[in-house]
Amino acid sequence: MKILVAIKQVPDTESRIKVAADGCSLDPADVKWIISPYDEYALEEAIRIKEGKGAEVVALTVGADAARDVLKNALALGADSAVLLKGDGQGDPYAVAQMIAAYAKDKGFDLFLCGNKGMGGDNAAMGPMLAEVLGIAQANVVVKLELGDGTFRAEREIEGGSEVVEGALPAVVTAQKGLNEPRYASLKGIMAAKKKTIEEIDAAPATAGSCVSTLALPPERAAGRRLEGEAPAQAAALLQALKDEAKVF
Amino acid sequence: MILVFCELKEGQIRKPSAEALSEGRRLADAAGLQLGAIFAGASCAGSADAAKYGADVILCAEGASLASYSSDGFAQVLADTVQAKGATVLLAAATAVGKDVAPRAAARLGAGYASDVTGLAMVGGKLQAVRPVYAGKAFATTSFASAVQVATTRPNVFPAAEKAGAGVAEAVAAPAGGFKSVVKEILAKASGKVDLSEANIIVSGGRGMKDGANFGLLESLADAIGGVVGASRAAVDAGWGLPHSMQVGQTGKVVSPTLYIACGISGAIQHIAGMSGSKFIVAINKDPEAPIFKLADYGIVGDLFEVVPELTKSAQGMGIGSN
Repeated sequence: MKILVAIKQVPDTESRIKVAADGCSLDPADVKWIISPYDEYALEEAIRIKEGKGAEVVALTVGADAARDVLKNALALGADSAVLLKGDGQGDPYAVAQMIAAYAKDKGFDLFLCGNKGMGGDNAAMGPMLAEVLGIAQANVVVKLELGDGTFRAEREIEGGSEVVEGALPAVVTAQKGLNEPRYASLKGIMAAKKKTIEEIDAAPATAGSCVSTLALPPERAAGRRLEGEAPAQAAALLQALKDEAKVF
Repeated sequence: MILVFCELKEGQIRKPSAEALSEGRRLADAAGLQLGAIFAGASCAGSADAAKYGADVILCAEGASLASYSSDGFAQVLADTVQAKGATVLLAAATAVGKDVAPRAAARLGAGYASDVTGLAMVGGKLQAVRPVYAGKAFATTSFASAVQVATTRPNVFPAAEKAGAGVAEAVAAPAGGFKSVVKEILAKASGKVDLSEANIIVSGGRGMKDGANFGLLESLADAIGGVVGASRAAVDAGWGLPHSMQVGQTGKVVSPTLYIACGISGAIQHIAGMSGSKFIVAINKDPEAPIFKLADYGIVGDLFEVVPELTKSAQGMGIGSN
Protein backbone atom coordinates (compact mmCIF):
# COMPACT_ATOMS: atom_id res chain seq x y z
CA MET A 1 0.00 0.00 0.00
CA LYS A 2 1.29 3.43 -0.97
CA ILE A 3 -0.25 6.54 0.54
CA LEU A 4 0.16 10.19 -0.45
CA VAL A 5 -0.76 12.69 2.25
CA ALA A 6 -1.25 16.20 0.88
CA ILE A 7 -0.74 18.82 3.58
CA LYS A 8 -0.99 22.60 3.53
CA GLN A 9 0.64 25.33 5.53
CA VAL A 10 -1.93 27.85 6.77
CA PRO A 11 -2.13 30.79 9.21
CA ASP A 12 -2.73 29.73 12.82
CA THR A 13 -6.44 29.87 13.68
CA GLU A 14 -5.69 32.35 16.47
CA SER A 15 -4.12 34.76 13.95
CA ARG A 16 -5.70 38.11 13.23
CA ILE A 17 -6.06 38.56 9.50
CA LYS A 18 -4.68 41.68 7.83
CA VAL A 19 -4.95 42.53 4.15
CA ALA A 20 -1.71 43.24 2.27
CA ALA A 21 -1.10 46.49 0.38
CA ASP A 22 -2.13 44.85 -2.91
CA GLY A 23 -5.70 44.60 -1.57
CA CYS A 24 -6.13 41.00 -2.62
CA SER A 25 -3.83 38.89 -0.48
CA LEU A 26 -3.02 38.15 3.12
CA ASP A 27 -0.45 40.35 4.88
CA PRO A 28 2.02 37.69 6.07
CA ALA A 29 3.53 39.93 8.76
CA ASP A 30 2.93 38.54 12.28
CA VAL A 31 1.27 35.42 10.88
CA LYS A 32 2.30 32.18 12.55
CA TRP A 33 2.13 29.30 10.07
CA ILE A 34 0.92 25.86 11.05
CA ILE A 35 -0.12 22.65 9.33
CA SER A 36 -3.82 22.93 8.46
CA PRO A 37 -5.55 21.22 11.43
CA TYR A 38 -7.61 18.84 9.27
CA ASP A 39 -4.41 17.68 7.54
CA GLU A 40 -3.16 16.45 10.92
CA TYR A 41 -5.97 13.90 10.96
CA ALA A 42 -5.08 12.84 7.40
CA LEU A 43 -1.43 12.37 8.34
CA GLU A 44 -2.27 10.48 11.53
CA GLU A 45 -4.59 8.15 9.59
CA ALA A 46 -1.81 7.37 7.10
CA ILE A 47 0.63 6.57 9.91
CA ARG A 48 -1.94 4.32 11.62
CA ILE A 49 -2.50 2.41 8.37
CA LYS A 50 1.28 2.06 8.06
CA GLU A 51 1.51 0.73 11.62
CA GLY A 52 -1.50 -1.56 11.14
CA LYS A 53 -1.16 -3.23 7.79
CA GLY A 54 2.03 -1.66 6.50
CA ALA A 55 2.28 1.15 4.00
CA GLU A 56 4.70 3.59 2.45
CA VAL A 57 3.67 7.12 3.43
CA VAL A 58 4.72 10.09 1.31
CA ALA A 59 3.94 13.59 2.63
CA LEU A 60 3.59 16.32 0.04
CA THR A 61 2.95 20.03 0.08
CA VAL A 62 2.72 22.67 -2.61
CA GLY A 63 4.46 25.89 -1.66
CA ALA A 64 7.69 27.80 -1.28
CA ASP A 65 10.75 27.00 0.87
CA ALA A 66 8.97 28.09 4.05
CA ALA A 67 6.53 25.20 3.63
CA ARG A 68 9.37 22.76 4.39
CA ASP A 69 8.46 23.10 8.07
CA VAL A 70 5.21 21.13 7.71
CA LEU A 71 7.09 18.41 5.81
CA LYS A 72 9.78 18.15 8.50
CA ASN A 73 7.00 17.69 11.04
CA ALA A 74 5.36 15.02 8.87
CA LEU A 75 8.67 13.14 8.67
CA ALA A 76 9.07 13.37 12.44
CA LEU A 77 5.59 11.94 12.90
CA GLY A 78 6.38 8.92 10.72
CA ALA A 79 6.10 9.74 7.02
CA ASP A 80 8.72 7.79 5.05
CA SER A 81 9.54 10.57 2.63
CA ALA A 82 8.50 14.09 1.77
CA VAL A 83 8.04 16.09 -1.40
CA LEU A 84 7.96 19.86 -1.77
CA LEU A 85 6.22 20.79 -5.01
CA LYS A 86 7.42 24.29 -5.63
CA GLY A 87 4.47 26.40 -6.73
CA ASP A 88 1.61 28.50 -5.42
CA GLY A 89 -0.11 26.30 -2.88
CA GLN A 90 -2.20 29.10 -1.39
CA GLY A 91 -4.15 29.97 -4.52
CA ASP A 92 -6.76 28.30 -6.68
CA PRO A 93 -7.64 24.75 -5.55
CA TYR A 94 -8.11 23.50 -9.13
CA ALA A 95 -4.54 24.54 -9.98
CA VAL A 96 -3.21 22.81 -6.83
CA ALA A 97 -5.16 19.64 -7.70
CA GLN A 98 -3.60 19.60 -11.16
CA MET A 99 -0.09 20.03 -9.72
CA ILE A 100 -0.53 17.17 -7.27
CA ALA A 101 -2.16 14.96 -9.92
CA ALA A 102 0.72 15.64 -12.34
CA TYR A 103 3.21 14.55 -9.68
CA ALA A 104 1.25 11.53 -8.44
CA LYS A 105 -0.02 9.89 -11.60
CA ASP A 106 1.92 6.77 -12.60
CA LYS A 107 3.49 6.51 -9.12
CA GLY A 108 1.13 3.78 -7.94
CA PHE A 109 -0.53 5.50 -4.99
CA ASP A 110 -3.47 3.51 -3.58
CA LEU A 111 -4.75 6.19 -1.25
CA PHE A 112 -4.65 9.99 -1.17
CA LEU A 113 -5.36 11.59 2.18
CA CYS A 114 -5.81 15.29 2.97
CA GLY A 115 -7.89 17.53 5.22
CA ASN A 116 -11.51 18.10 4.23
CA LYS A 117 -10.57 21.73 3.81
CA GLY A 118 -7.49 23.87 4.05
CA MET A 119 -7.98 26.18 7.00
CA GLY A 120 -8.15 29.75 5.71
CA GLY A 121 -8.87 29.28 2.03
CA ASP A 122 -11.83 27.23 3.23
CA ASN A 123 -12.51 25.97 -0.29
CA ALA A 124 -13.02 22.31 0.65
CA ALA A 125 -12.34 21.66 -3.03
CA MET A 126 -8.83 20.36 -3.61
CA GLY A 127 -9.62 16.76 -2.58
CA PRO A 128 -12.63 16.19 -4.86
CA MET A 129 -10.91 18.06 -7.68
CA LEU A 130 -7.83 15.83 -7.31
CA ALA A 131 -10.08 12.75 -7.42
CA GLU A 132 -11.71 13.96 -10.63
CA VAL A 133 -8.43 14.93 -12.31
CA LEU A 134 -7.03 11.48 -11.48
CA GLY A 135 -10.34 9.80 -12.38
CA ILE A 136 -10.60 7.96 -9.05
CA ALA A 137 -13.09 7.59 -6.18
CA GLN A 138 -13.57 10.11 -3.38
CA ALA A 139 -14.99 10.28 0.12
CA ASN A 140 -15.14 13.64 1.87
CA VAL A 141 -15.41 14.81 5.48
CA VAL A 142 -14.59 11.30 6.71
CA VAL A 143 -14.74 10.37 10.41
CA LYS A 144 -14.04 6.63 10.03
CA LEU A 145 -12.07 4.75 7.40
CA GLU A 146 -11.70 1.02 6.78
CA LEU A 147 -9.61 -0.44 3.99
CA GLY A 148 -10.32 -3.77 2.33
CA ASP A 149 -8.62 -5.56 -0.51
CA GLY A 150 -8.64 -2.82 -3.14
CA THR A 151 -11.71 -1.26 -1.56
CA PHE A 152 -12.59 1.29 1.10
CA ARG A 153 -15.49 1.93 3.43
CA ALA A 154 -15.73 5.45 4.81
CA GLU A 155 -18.15 7.08 7.20
CA ARG A 156 -18.63 10.72 6.33
CA GLU A 157 -20.39 13.54 8.15
CA ILE A 158 -23.65 14.83 6.67
CA GLU A 159 -26.40 17.09 8.03
CA GLY A 160 -27.65 15.57 11.28
CA GLY A 161 -25.76 12.30 10.97
CA SER A 162 -23.38 10.37 8.80
CA GLU A 163 -23.40 8.12 5.76
CA VAL A 164 -21.30 5.18 4.65
CA VAL A 165 -19.52 5.49 1.31
CA GLU A 166 -18.02 2.40 -0.32
CA GLY A 167 -15.76 2.40 -3.30
CA ALA A 168 -12.69 1.12 -5.03
CA LEU A 169 -9.09 2.12 -4.44
CA PRO A 170 -7.29 4.23 -5.46
CA ALA A 171 -9.33 6.93 -3.77
CA VAL A 172 -9.07 10.41 -2.31
CA VAL A 173 -10.25 10.55 1.30
CA THR A 174 -10.54 13.90 3.07
CA ALA A 175 -10.35 13.88 6.85
CA GLN A 176 -12.68 15.42 9.41
CA LYS A 177 -12.04 15.99 13.11
CA GLY A 178 -13.02 12.77 14.88
CA LEU A 179 -11.25 10.45 12.43
CA ASN A 180 -8.51 9.88 15.02
CA GLU A 181 -6.47 11.62 17.72
CA PRO A 182 -3.27 12.94 16.15
CA ARG A 183 -0.10 12.15 18.06
CA TYR A 184 2.80 14.43 18.89
CA ALA A 185 6.20 13.82 17.35
CA SER A 186 8.51 11.77 19.58
CA LEU A 187 12.12 12.72 20.19
CA LYS A 188 13.14 9.56 18.34
CA GLY A 189 10.93 10.60 15.41
CA ILE A 190 12.40 14.09 15.35
CA MET A 191 15.96 12.67 15.34
CA ALA A 192 15.08 10.16 12.60
CA ALA A 193 13.52 12.93 10.50
CA LYS A 194 16.84 14.79 10.45
CA LYS A 195 18.32 11.97 8.39
CA LYS A 196 15.50 12.04 5.85
CA THR A 197 15.64 14.42 2.92
CA ILE A 198 12.88 16.48 1.38
CA GLU A 199 12.65 15.99 -2.35
CA GLU A 200 12.15 19.28 -4.16
CA ILE A 201 10.39 19.38 -7.53
CA ASP A 202 9.02 22.29 -9.58
CA ALA A 203 5.26 21.93 -9.80
CA ALA A 204 3.90 21.22 -13.28
CA PRO A 205 2.20 24.17 -15.00
CA ALA A 206 -1.51 24.35 -14.12
CA THR A 207 -4.55 26.29 -15.28
CA ALA A 208 -6.20 28.34 -12.55
CA GLY A 209 -9.98 28.29 -12.50
CA SER A 210 -10.48 31.29 -10.28
CA CYS A 211 -8.59 34.12 -8.66
CA VAL A 212 -9.16 36.47 -5.75
CA SER A 213 -9.55 40.05 -6.97
CA THR A 214 -10.03 41.72 -3.60
CA LEU A 215 -9.68 40.67 0.01
CA ALA A 216 -11.51 42.75 2.61
CA LEU A 217 -12.18 42.62 6.31
CA PRO A 218 -15.80 42.19 7.38
CA PRO A 219 -17.70 45.34 8.37
CA GLU A 220 -17.57 46.19 12.07
CA ARG A 221 -20.69 45.23 13.98
CA ALA A 222 -22.64 48.12 15.49
CA ALA A 223 -22.23 48.50 19.25
CA GLY A 224 -24.76 46.49 21.21
CA ARG A 225 -26.31 47.18 24.58
CA ARG A 226 -26.21 45.55 28.00
CA LEU A 227 -29.37 44.41 29.69
CA GLU A 228 -29.26 45.32 33.36
CA GLY A 229 -30.95 44.01 36.48
CA GLU A 230 -31.40 40.60 38.07
CA ALA A 231 -31.74 37.44 35.97
CA PRO A 232 -35.58 37.53 35.60
CA ALA A 233 -35.50 41.17 34.49
CA GLN A 234 -32.61 40.53 32.10
CA ALA A 235 -34.40 37.55 30.57
CA ALA A 236 -37.65 39.49 30.11
CA ALA A 237 -35.84 42.48 28.61
CA LEU A 238 -33.95 40.25 26.18
CA LEU A 239 -37.04 38.47 24.91
CA GLN A 240 -38.87 41.80 24.49
CA ALA A 241 -35.92 43.24 22.54
CA LEU A 242 -35.64 40.16 20.32
CA LYS A 243 -39.38 40.35 19.64
CA ASP A 244 -39.84 44.11 19.19
CA GLU A 245 -36.46 45.39 17.94
CA ALA A 246 -34.83 42.43 16.22
CA LYS A 247 -38.18 40.87 15.26
CA VAL A 248 -36.64 37.42 15.57
CA PHE A 249 -39.80 35.89 17.03
CA MET B 1 -28.28 29.11 -19.10
CA ILE B 2 -27.71 29.21 -15.36
CA LEU B 3 -28.09 25.68 -14.02
CA VAL B 4 -28.88 24.96 -10.36
CA PHE B 5 -28.46 21.50 -8.84
CA CYS B 6 -31.40 20.92 -6.51
CA GLU B 7 -31.81 18.33 -3.77
CA LEU B 8 -35.10 16.74 -2.77
CA LYS B 9 -35.97 15.47 0.69
CA GLU B 10 -39.14 13.44 1.06
CA GLY B 11 -40.49 14.87 -2.19
CA GLN B 12 -39.79 18.49 -1.23
CA ILE B 13 -37.09 20.79 -2.54
CA ARG B 14 -34.62 21.32 0.31
CA LYS B 15 -34.57 24.90 1.62
CA PRO B 16 -30.88 25.53 0.78
CA SER B 17 -31.63 24.40 -2.80
CA ALA B 18 -34.63 26.75 -3.02
CA GLU B 19 -32.31 29.55 -1.88
CA ALA B 20 -29.76 28.67 -4.58
CA LEU B 21 -32.53 28.52 -7.16
CA SER B 22 -33.87 31.96 -6.15
CA GLU B 23 -30.39 33.43 -6.40
CA GLY B 24 -30.01 31.73 -9.79
CA ARG B 25 -33.23 33.43 -10.94
CA ARG B 26 -31.92 36.82 -9.85
CA LEU B 27 -28.63 36.28 -11.71
CA ALA B 28 -30.41 34.94 -14.81
CA ASP B 29 -32.63 38.04 -14.91
CA ALA B 30 -29.60 40.31 -14.54
CA ALA B 31 -27.74 38.57 -17.37
CA GLY B 32 -30.74 37.82 -19.63
CA LEU B 33 -30.26 34.06 -19.30
CA GLN B 34 -32.54 31.08 -18.82
CA LEU B 35 -32.68 29.33 -15.45
CA GLY B 36 -32.55 25.54 -15.36
CA ALA B 37 -33.03 23.33 -12.31
CA ILE B 38 -31.37 19.89 -12.41
CA PHE B 39 -32.49 17.00 -10.22
CA ALA B 40 -30.96 13.52 -9.96
CA GLY B 41 -32.20 10.42 -8.18
CA ALA B 42 -34.42 7.35 -8.37
CA SER B 43 -37.41 9.69 -8.56
CA CYS B 44 -37.80 13.37 -9.32
CA ALA B 45 -41.27 13.59 -7.74
CA GLY B 46 -41.53 17.08 -6.26
CA SER B 47 -39.18 18.68 -8.79
CA ALA B 48 -42.07 20.57 -10.45
CA ASP B 49 -41.97 22.95 -7.47
CA ALA B 50 -38.76 24.41 -8.95
CA ALA B 51 -41.07 26.49 -11.16
CA LYS B 52 -42.18 28.34 -8.01
CA TYR B 53 -38.64 29.64 -7.60
CA GLY B 54 -38.36 30.75 -11.20
CA ALA B 55 -37.02 27.74 -13.12
CA ASP B 56 -37.66 28.05 -16.86
CA VAL B 57 -36.62 24.44 -17.43
CA ILE B 58 -36.73 21.55 -14.96
CA LEU B 59 -34.26 18.85 -15.92
CA CYS B 60 -34.54 15.44 -14.36
CA ALA B 61 -32.02 12.60 -14.40
CA GLU B 62 -34.07 9.72 -13.04
CA GLY B 63 -32.81 6.18 -12.80
CA ALA B 64 -31.91 3.23 -10.61
CA SER B 65 -28.20 4.08 -10.90
CA LEU B 66 -28.88 7.38 -9.13
CA ALA B 67 -30.96 5.93 -6.29
CA SER B 68 -27.99 6.27 -3.91
CA TYR B 69 -25.71 9.28 -3.98
CA SER B 70 -22.43 8.79 -5.84
CA SER B 71 -19.82 11.56 -6.05
CA ASP B 72 -18.59 10.64 -9.50
CA GLY B 73 -22.03 9.55 -10.75
CA PHE B 74 -23.72 12.81 -9.80
CA ALA B 75 -20.73 14.90 -10.97
CA GLN B 76 -21.05 13.20 -14.35
CA VAL B 77 -24.77 14.07 -14.57
CA LEU B 78 -24.12 17.70 -13.68
CA ALA B 79 -21.14 18.14 -16.02
CA ASP B 80 -22.93 16.41 -18.91
CA THR B 81 -26.02 18.57 -18.44
CA VAL B 82 -23.96 21.77 -18.30
CA GLN B 83 -22.40 20.80 -21.60
CA ALA B 84 -25.61 19.60 -23.26
CA LYS B 85 -27.44 22.81 -22.35
CA GLY B 86 -24.49 25.11 -22.98
CA ALA B 87 -24.82 26.44 -19.43
CA THR B 88 -22.16 28.91 -18.30
CA VAL B 89 -22.95 28.91 -14.57
CA LEU B 90 -23.56 25.91 -12.31
CA LEU B 91 -24.82 26.54 -8.78
CA ALA B 92 -25.57 24.20 -5.88
CA ALA B 93 -26.29 24.77 -2.20
CA ALA B 94 -23.28 24.28 0.09
CA THR B 95 -24.78 21.20 1.73
CA ALA B 96 -22.99 17.91 2.45
CA VAL B 97 -23.90 16.71 -1.06
CA GLY B 98 -23.43 20.08 -2.77
CA LYS B 99 -19.94 20.55 -1.35
CA ASP B 100 -19.05 16.99 -2.38
CA VAL B 101 -20.31 17.07 -5.95
CA ALA B 102 -19.80 20.68 -7.10
CA PRO B 103 -15.97 20.80 -6.97
CA ARG B 104 -15.80 17.41 -8.70
CA ALA B 105 -18.19 18.59 -11.44
CA ALA B 106 -16.13 21.80 -11.77
CA ALA B 107 -12.90 19.85 -12.28
CA ARG B 108 -14.67 17.65 -14.83
CA LEU B 109 -15.63 20.81 -16.73
CA GLY B 110 -12.19 22.41 -16.32
CA ALA B 111 -14.03 25.16 -14.47
CA GLY B 112 -13.17 27.42 -11.56
CA TYR B 113 -15.08 26.88 -8.34
CA ALA B 114 -16.07 29.19 -5.49
CA SER B 115 -17.39 27.43 -2.39
CA ASP B 116 -19.82 28.54 0.29
CA VAL B 117 -20.40 31.96 -1.26
CA THR B 118 -22.39 34.70 0.48
CA GLY B 119 -22.72 37.04 -2.50
CA LEU B 120 -23.00 36.56 -6.27
CA ALA B 121 -23.17 38.94 -9.23
CA MET B 122 -22.93 38.74 -13.00
CA VAL B 123 -20.16 41.11 -14.15
CA GLY B 124 -19.56 41.40 -17.89
CA GLY B 125 -21.45 38.17 -18.47
CA LYS B 126 -19.39 36.23 -15.93
CA LEU B 127 -20.05 35.16 -12.40
CA GLN B 128 -18.32 36.99 -9.57
CA ALA B 129 -18.49 35.59 -6.05
CA VAL B 130 -17.93 36.96 -2.57
CA ARG B 131 -16.98 34.29 -0.07
CA PRO B 132 -15.81 34.23 3.52
CA VAL B 133 -12.21 33.12 4.01
CA TYR B 134 -10.31 32.45 7.24
CA ALA B 135 -13.76 31.34 8.48
CA GLY B 136 -15.21 34.81 8.07
CA LYS B 137 -12.27 36.85 9.34
CA ALA B 138 -12.09 38.24 5.78
CA PHE B 139 -14.09 38.20 2.57
CA ALA B 140 -12.60 37.40 -0.83
CA THR B 141 -14.10 38.61 -4.07
CA THR B 142 -13.46 35.80 -6.52
CA SER B 143 -13.53 36.04 -10.28
CA PHE B 144 -13.31 33.18 -12.74
CA ALA B 145 -10.84 32.43 -15.51
CA SER B 146 -12.89 29.60 -17.01
CA ALA B 147 -15.75 29.59 -19.55
CA VAL B 148 -17.97 27.72 -17.08
CA GLN B 149 -18.22 29.00 -13.51
CA VAL B 150 -19.26 26.85 -10.55
CA ALA B 151 -20.27 27.98 -7.05
CA THR B 152 -22.02 26.67 -3.94
CA THR B 153 -24.25 29.03 -1.95
CA ARG B 154 -24.11 29.15 1.85
CA PRO B 155 -27.42 28.12 3.44
CA ASN B 156 -29.44 30.82 5.25
CA VAL B 157 -27.81 33.69 3.36
CA PHE B 158 -29.81 34.03 0.13
CA PRO B 159 -33.58 34.47 0.54
CA ALA B 160 -35.78 31.78 -1.03
CA ALA B 161 -38.10 34.07 -2.98
CA GLU B 162 -41.05 32.73 -4.90
CA LYS B 163 -41.23 33.88 -8.51
CA ALA B 164 -43.15 31.85 -11.07
CA GLY B 165 -41.18 30.33 -13.94
CA ALA B 166 -42.31 28.34 -16.99
CA GLY B 167 -41.01 25.10 -15.46
CA VAL B 168 -40.88 23.07 -18.66
CA ALA B 169 -39.99 19.49 -17.70
CA GLU B 170 -37.21 17.74 -19.60
CA ALA B 171 -35.71 14.30 -19.03
CA VAL B 172 -31.94 13.77 -18.87
CA ALA B 173 -30.49 10.30 -19.46
CA ALA B 174 -29.20 8.71 -16.25
CA PRO B 175 -25.73 7.12 -16.49
CA ALA B 176 -25.55 3.32 -16.64
CA GLY B 177 -23.81 3.04 -13.28
CA GLY B 178 -20.54 1.34 -12.37
CA PHE B 179 -19.54 4.36 -10.29
CA LYS B 180 -16.30 4.55 -8.34
CA SER B 181 -18.01 5.20 -5.02
CA VAL B 182 -21.58 4.95 -3.78
CA VAL B 183 -23.39 5.72 -0.52
CA LYS B 184 -24.42 2.39 1.02
CA GLU B 185 -26.22 3.45 4.13
CA ILE B 186 -27.28 6.47 6.17
CA LEU B 187 -26.37 6.27 9.87
CA ALA B 188 -27.90 8.25 12.72
CA LYS B 189 -30.60 9.70 10.60
CA ALA B 190 -31.50 13.29 11.32
CA SER B 191 -33.38 13.69 14.59
CA GLY B 192 -35.93 15.89 12.89
CA LYS B 193 -34.01 18.94 14.04
CA VAL B 194 -32.28 20.96 11.35
CA ASP B 195 -28.52 20.93 11.09
CA LEU B 196 -26.58 23.79 12.71
CA SER B 197 -25.53 25.07 9.29
CA GLU B 198 -29.17 25.56 8.30
CA ALA B 199 -30.60 26.55 11.70
CA ASN B 200 -32.40 29.85 12.11
CA ILE B 201 -31.75 30.04 15.85
CA ILE B 202 -28.72 28.58 17.65
CA VAL B 203 -28.19 28.37 21.41
CA SER B 204 -24.51 27.65 22.01
CA GLY B 205 -22.56 26.74 25.11
CA GLY B 206 -18.91 27.12 26.02
CA ARG B 207 -16.52 26.34 28.84
CA GLY B 208 -18.82 28.25 31.22
CA MET B 209 -21.33 25.38 30.97
CA LYS B 210 -18.97 23.46 33.30
CA ASP B 211 -20.27 20.01 32.26
CA GLY B 212 -21.86 18.28 29.30
CA ALA B 213 -24.92 17.39 31.36
CA ASN B 214 -25.67 21.09 31.78
CA PHE B 215 -26.32 21.35 28.04
CA GLY B 216 -29.81 20.13 28.93
CA LEU B 217 -30.48 23.73 30.01
CA LEU B 218 -29.63 24.90 26.51
CA GLU B 219 -31.75 22.14 24.95
CA SER B 220 -34.73 23.38 26.96
CA LEU B 221 -34.19 26.97 25.85
CA ALA B 222 -33.66 25.87 22.24
CA ASP B 223 -36.89 23.86 22.35
CA ALA B 224 -38.76 26.86 23.78
CA ILE B 225 -37.64 29.23 21.02
CA GLY B 226 -37.39 26.82 18.08
CA GLY B 227 -33.60 26.59 17.95
CA VAL B 228 -30.84 23.99 17.95
CA VAL B 229 -27.85 23.63 20.28
CA GLY B 230 -24.22 24.26 19.39
CA ALA B 231 -20.97 24.35 21.35
CA SER B 232 -17.59 26.06 21.34
CA ARG B 233 -14.36 24.19 20.71
CA ALA B 234 -13.47 24.53 24.40
CA ALA B 235 -16.68 22.68 25.31
CA VAL B 236 -16.27 19.97 22.66
CA ASP B 237 -12.63 19.40 23.58
CA ALA B 238 -13.36 19.33 27.32
CA GLY B 239 -14.21 15.63 27.29
CA TRP B 240 -17.87 16.21 28.17
CA GLY B 241 -19.04 13.79 25.46
CA LEU B 242 -20.24 16.49 23.07
CA PRO B 243 -19.87 15.45 19.41
CA HIS B 244 -17.76 17.48 17.03
CA SER B 245 -20.83 17.94 14.83
CA MET B 246 -22.01 20.44 17.50
CA GLN B 247 -18.90 22.57 17.25
CA VAL B 248 -19.21 26.12 15.96
CA GLY B 249 -16.03 27.89 14.94
CA GLN B 250 -13.15 27.86 12.52
CA THR B 251 -12.46 24.17 13.16
CA GLY B 252 -16.16 23.31 13.32
CA LYS B 253 -19.23 24.62 11.58
CA VAL B 254 -19.39 28.14 10.24
CA VAL B 255 -22.95 29.32 10.83
CA SER B 256 -25.09 32.31 9.91
CA PRO B 257 -28.40 32.04 11.77
CA THR B 258 -30.82 34.89 12.45
CA LEU B 259 -30.17 34.57 16.17
CA TYR B 260 -27.09 33.21 17.98
CA ILE B 261 -27.19 33.00 21.77
CA ALA B 262 -23.71 32.42 23.22
CA CYS B 263 -23.84 31.07 26.79
CA GLY B 264 -20.63 30.90 28.80
CA ILE B 265 -18.55 31.48 25.67
CA SER B 266 -15.70 33.96 26.06
CA GLY B 267 -15.28 34.60 22.35
CA ALA B 268 -11.95 33.16 21.18
CA ILE B 269 -10.99 34.39 17.71
CA GLN B 270 -11.56 30.97 16.19
CA HIS B 271 -15.08 30.78 17.67
CA ILE B 272 -16.01 34.30 16.59
CA ALA B 273 -14.86 33.42 13.08
CA GLY B 274 -17.50 30.70 12.96
CA MET B 275 -20.50 32.74 14.11
CA SER B 276 -19.88 36.42 13.40
CA GLY B 277 -22.07 36.14 10.29
CA SER B 278 -25.12 35.73 12.56
CA LYS B 279 -27.73 38.45 12.16
CA PHE B 280 -28.29 38.98 15.89
CA ILE B 281 -25.90 37.89 18.62
CA VAL B 282 -26.74 37.56 22.31
CA ALA B 283 -23.99 36.96 24.86
CA ILE B 284 -24.57 35.64 28.35
CA ASN B 285 -21.40 35.57 30.42
CA LYS B 286 -20.27 36.20 33.99
CA ASP B 287 -17.16 38.06 32.84
CA PRO B 288 -18.06 41.61 31.75
CA GLU B 289 -14.71 41.81 29.91
CA ALA B 290 -15.32 38.71 27.76
CA PRO B 291 -14.51 39.53 24.11
CA ILE B 292 -17.86 38.05 22.98
CA PHE B 293 -19.57 41.21 24.33
CA LYS B 294 -17.83 43.31 21.65
CA LEU B 295 -19.86 41.41 19.06
CA ALA B 296 -23.13 41.09 20.91
CA ASP B 297 -26.21 43.06 19.96
CA TYR B 298 -27.54 42.24 23.41
CA GLY B 299 -25.28 41.43 26.33
CA ILE B 300 -26.24 39.95 29.66
CA VAL B 301 -23.56 40.00 32.34
CA GLY B 302 -24.74 37.33 34.70
CA ASP B 303 -24.78 33.70 35.72
CA LEU B 304 -26.03 31.61 32.80
CA PHE B 305 -27.34 29.00 35.28
CA GLU B 306 -29.80 31.66 36.47
CA VAL B 307 -30.42 33.55 33.23
CA VAL B 308 -30.96 30.62 30.84
CA PRO B 309 -33.74 28.93 32.89
CA GLU B 310 -35.42 32.36 33.24
CA LEU B 311 -35.27 32.79 29.48
CA THR B 312 -36.76 29.35 28.94
CA LYS B 313 -39.55 30.03 31.41
CA SER B 314 -40.38 33.45 29.93
CA ALA B 315 -40.21 32.16 26.36
CA GLN B 316 -42.59 29.33 27.22
CA GLY B 317 -44.88 31.89 28.87
CA MET B 318 -44.85 34.04 25.75
CA GLY B 319 -45.48 31.05 23.50
CA ILE B 320 -42.50 32.00 21.32
CA GLY B 321 -41.56 28.61 19.97
CA SER B 322 -45.09 27.78 18.90
CA ASN B 323 -45.00 29.71 15.63
